[in-house]
Amino acid sequence: MFPELNNLLNTTPDKAEQGTLTLLCDSKTDGSFLVHHFLSFYLKANCKVCFVALIQSFSHYNIVGQKLGVNLTMARERGQLVFLEGLKSAVDVFFRAQEKPHPLQFLREANAGNLKPLFEFVREALKPVDSGEAGWTYPVLLVDDLSVLLSLGLGAVAVLDFIHYCRVTVCWELKGNIVVLVHDSGDVEDEENDILLNGLSHQSHLILRAEGLATGFCRDVHGQLRILWRRPSQSTSQRDQSLTYQYKIQDRSVSFFAKGMSPAVL
Amino acid sequence: MLDSLLALGGLVLLRDSVEWEGRSLLKALVKKSALCGEQVHILGCEVSEEEFREGFDSQINNRLVYHDFFRDPLNWSKTGEALPGGPLGALRAMCKRTDLGPVTIALDSLSWLLLHLPCTTLCQTLHAVSHQDSCPGDGSPVGKVHVLGLLHEELHGPGPMGALSSLAQTEVTLGGTVGQASARILCRRPRQRPTDQTQWFSILPDFSLDLQEGPSIESQPHSDPHISPVDPTAHLTFNLHLSRKEREARDSLTLPFQFSSEKQEALLRPRPSQATSHIFYEPDAYDDLDQEDPDDDLDI
Repeated sequence: MFPELNNLLNTTPDKAEQGTLTLLCDSKTDGSFLVHHFLSFYLKANCKVCFVALIQSFSHYNIVGQKLGVNLTMARERGQLVFLEGLKSAVDVFFRAQEKPHPLQFLREANAGNLKPLFEFVREALKPVDSGEAGWTYPVLLVDDLSVLLSLGLGAVAVLDFIHYCRVTVCWELKGNIVVLVHDSGDVEDEENDILLNGLSHQSHLILRAEGLATGFCRDVHGQLRILWRRPSQSTSQRDQSLTYQYKIQDRSVSFFAKGMSPAVL
Repeated sequence: MLDSLLALGGLVLLRDSVEWEGRSLLKALVKKSALCGEQVHILGCEVSEEEFREGFDSQINNRLVYHDFFRDPLNWSKTGEALPGGPLGALRAMCKRTDLGPVTIALDSLSWLLLHLPCTTLCQTLHAVSHQDSCPGDGSPVGKVHVLGLLHEELHGPGPMGALSSLAQTEVTLGGTVGQASARILCRRPRQRPTDQTQWFSILPDFSLDLQEGPSIESQPHSDPHISPVDPTAHLTFNLHLSRKEREARDSLTLPFQFSSEKQEALLRPRPSQATSHIFYEPDAYDDLDQEDPDDDLDI
């Protein structure tokens, strides 16, 4: 996790809010550093994490996680992390007979399917276990990312329904958190992606938007991060609803600064 | 204007966006209806019942009838707890109510219904619900029905939005500037011109409406009264002023086109020194001086 981002969001692993949906979106840049941040953040907060990783392999997240101070292999072995490696297990849908539907069963269906098997996988992974072992604090669902589900043939409404049911189970019943990444198509007109992004934005408590700079690529400033808080807990407090910072990604950390205040130009 | 939204019956659309959320206004209007003694039905699809009831006191909560479609709207759990017929069934059931008092139906949200139901079915059901004139049994008049629908603007194309707009008696679009929310109210009364007003408001923690005049003065930038206006004629590299002699010379100058009496005399007097001007013309051999066609370009 990046301590500077924790400061901006005014949160630490010990006192994070529960029952929230955080939406990460990126436009013209790569927002996956936010996924790595939240993965290591919640593992350090001693949460039970279910990670639906559809984009990269387990070893990729493990390597980046080690730079940020968490060991995914050990977390998986002791049961803290349930990892669905989409790239590997998608093949199982076709080549291995399963008794119950595979989480990615929709890949086999000809017409527009739904994500009920995936939801049941998540519910099974995060349900509280009463075996008396060291309890985890609260469950967290992480999805990287949702836009690829649209590319695989699902409709935006099917993905919204999946997140709806996850919110019911993870946020409402189990008082846990959900973090999802959606790409913003930007100039390219993609109606389904826009419906998904806007629909999720209306349900989110926190939206982190990583954008490329309007002026193009830069060596010292990699992009701009917009933070939007929705549904503040106290409705009358005039807290800043939206903040914008620029950032630079380094090997093991990300540094944030106010617009125009990059150390390179000061 | 905002507090008299519920005076008319029919469908009220609350159009919100990601930046300006509309659920607090929906809750404020629900609270108003409950305090007026109406029965309030909530079709809750987007947030949990606890979250919707949060902020209301027990007196209001007792008047709210919550139809919970948040927990299992698509019947995935198959435990039989889901209400039969789904949200559409519940909405249709409200068309056939038997009690006569005024009732408010809050749809949270209409966007969810529009994404999951065909637009035509939804519009037909909304029309049936919001235009209930008489009880089917004995024909006695039924109290007014108010339908409040929360609609997320960015999720729908112009077709469904246009269809819902034409069904609605009132449309409230939420917006605002920094720190201050506003509502643009478009009201279509039968046989009257549609009215368009903007109302600034804020919602208090107990969900009562606080109507305001406009964005507060503090939020507008001040001009600093202590900076004196700068004199532009100071520190110039050229001379803008005239000395006394220069001023006199300037005043005594006559302008070339000013027609004074001396000038008139000078023009009328013949000038012997100046010879009259002559024009010497020697026509060429092929010149044909034709007075009627001096340029020789008429083609007749």
